[in-house]
Amino acid sequence: MSGEIAKAFARAKARGEGALVAYAMAGDPDLARSVEVFTALVEGGADIVEVGVAFSDPIADGPVIQGASERALKAGSTLKRVLEEVVPEVRRRCPETPLVIMTYVNVIMAMGEERFAKLARERGVSGAILPDLPPEESGALRATFDAAGVDLIPLCAPTTPRARAEAIAKDARGFVYCVSVAGVTGMRAELPPDLSQRLDLVRNASPVPVVAGFGISSAEQARTLSAHADGVVVGSAIVRAAHADGPQAAKALCAEIKRGLKR
Amino acid sequence: MNTETAAGRFGRFGGRYVPETLVPALMELEEAYAAARADPTFDEEVARVLREFVGRPTTLTPARRLTESWGGAHVWLKREDLAHTGAHKINNTVGQVLLAKRMGKQRIIAETGAGQHGVATATACALFGLPCEVYMGALDVERQALNVFRMRALGAVVRPVESGSRTLKDAMNEAMRTWVSQVSDTHYVIGSAAGPHPYPTVVRDFQAIIGKELRTQAQAAFGKLPDAIVACVGGGSNAIGVLHPFIGDASVRLIGVEAGGHGLDSGQHGASLTLGSEGVLHGSRSLVLQDGDGQIQEAHSISAGLDYPGVGPELAHLAKTGRMEVRTATDDEALAAFYEVARMEGILPALETSHAFARGKELARELGVGKYLVINCSGRGDKDVATISARGVPPAVGVKA
Repeated sequence: MSGEIAKAFARAKARGEGALVAYAMAGDPDLARSVEVFTALVEGGADIVEVGVAFSDPIADGPVIQGASERALKAGSTLKRVLEEVVPEVRRRCPETPLVIMTYVNVIMAMGEERFAKLARERGVSGAILPDLPPEESGALRATFDAAGVDLIPLCAPTTPRARAEAIAKDARGFVYCVSVAGVTGMRAELPPDLSQRLDLVRNASPVPVVAGFGISSAEQARTLSAHADGVVVGSAIVRAAHADGPQAAKALCAEIKRGLKR
Repeated sequence: MNTETAAGRFGRFGGRYVPETLVPALMELEEAYAAARADPTFDEEVARVLREFVGRPTTLTPARRLTESWGGAHVWLKREDLAHTGAHKINNTVGQVLLAKRMGKQRIIAETGAGQHGVATATACALFGLPCEVYMGALDVERQALNVFRMRALGAVVRPVESGSRTLKDAMNEAMRTWVSQVSDTHYVIGSAAGPHPYPTVVRDFQAIIGKELRTQAQAAFGKLPDAIVACVGGGSNAIGVLHPFIGDASVRLIGVEAGGHGLDSGQHGASLTLGSEGVLHGSRSLVLQDGDGQIQEAHSISAGLDYPGVGPELAHLAKTGRMEVRTATDDEALAAFYEVARMEGILPALETSHAFARGKELARELGVGKYLVINCSGRGDKDVATISARGVPPAVGVKA
């Protein structure tokens, strides 16, 4: 366990806030300018930063993050370059904020699981989220990550049966990422009515914090969910704001959502 | 003989690399499929539809003039081009749509490249009365107007996919994204022996009818098993279907022919078994065309059905273990084979199938006189006449190819 993730949740809790896990795409619009975006997320109040690494075939992502992936790939983003050019600089500017890599398993396999884990830890990455790696396929990779001190953060879905959800939660590293809607990433006007019960169930079983993600874009949604979760993930809304209006817009959105997370 | 080394695994390949949202649906499919297979009435129903509607068994035809011209082994053709809708794809869609009905699913989605699998899915949905949506790359929608019309005529909704390279790979991405959001009442009919477990097994089992018929027909026609069987390989559903029942027969050489595109050195091909490396695409671990950073590369082939940067996991295993030999044929070789087969045998083969024919001569000669080579004639070429005629007028009569 990296420990940094637990500390970040503890700091937010001590301030009486739910944690904001903020996602942006490394390399969108290019690697250097995405560093400005990540920095702005922390300035806006993000407690944990998810560093998206583009993949050519992002099956879990909606149109906003697909677009960001295409821009990042065109700008020459690769996992290696993100670990060399983005992660160290964001760590230098925001030393307290844990960084979590979010990408697809093929990108990790291409670098080599062990090589990635070692390099990621050296550069200050705390964890990784791989949305196409369910528990059945993650055993070996998780052992490798555990040995290096990188948390492999599991996902739990609305379709996950109760016993399976509890098993995922019990065995989690870092935090549990509860996917709020059956679907891909992207903003939703409404979240499913049974989401709060599901979050309660996972939270009861989990030794680590539980966050809700997918579809969340407003302070109001964050406020509703923060009664049932330790935090929320905001991705597509931030990516869209940063793409349309730059880092300051992403910072303002983080600050607004953070207001919704104050208890 | 089964090459499955663990549930959903073929050696190092296979598995289920999908978002957690889909895992319960794949488990449900796996269980429903096992239950259906254990129920004799299901197999009887599939067999009845294949006989009455699809027109099975398809014939095994001697290719007398090719045999003579090539000057080697006896050449026979397994005629999947004679199946309803003009290709082997219907074997799988009939099976999967019947399975979906049994599972109580309300609607069907599918991906398609050239449109053959889309047409076969739309056909099965029309037959069994289920709504059907087909995801198709926007570029393929433009290139394959005839099949788009066929799908719409059959009552399917065709959804053009504008993301990525706007071809099959992106259509499959979008079908999976759609499935994630509608998973409770929708069955996704994958057309290739690829994708997450249990799809490679399900598709292979439904397509294995090709090889099972061939065993019986070969005994009847020439009194023994073939000495070699050759099939084209894109995702690999016709290849695994015809080859799988012979895996345990050491005397039978199994040969797959991949798309060489503009040539293996050109970087524009679909040769994932020959030049791919281990990776995860569309839910399974297999051999894929990718760069050093794990980004999937665009494939190229004159035939849309072979224009795919991955391949089914069981074929990857058979190739890596050496049980299946792998060769390639370029666009130009496939085109030449198309005309050769048309003029020597009176059959317009699909461009996919033409790749298998393109290696026929050398294989027939390697085997030698007195041996038996079966070419899986996986589909008819009517769908390809626009592509082929755009490349110029047919060679003059008297010129073989």
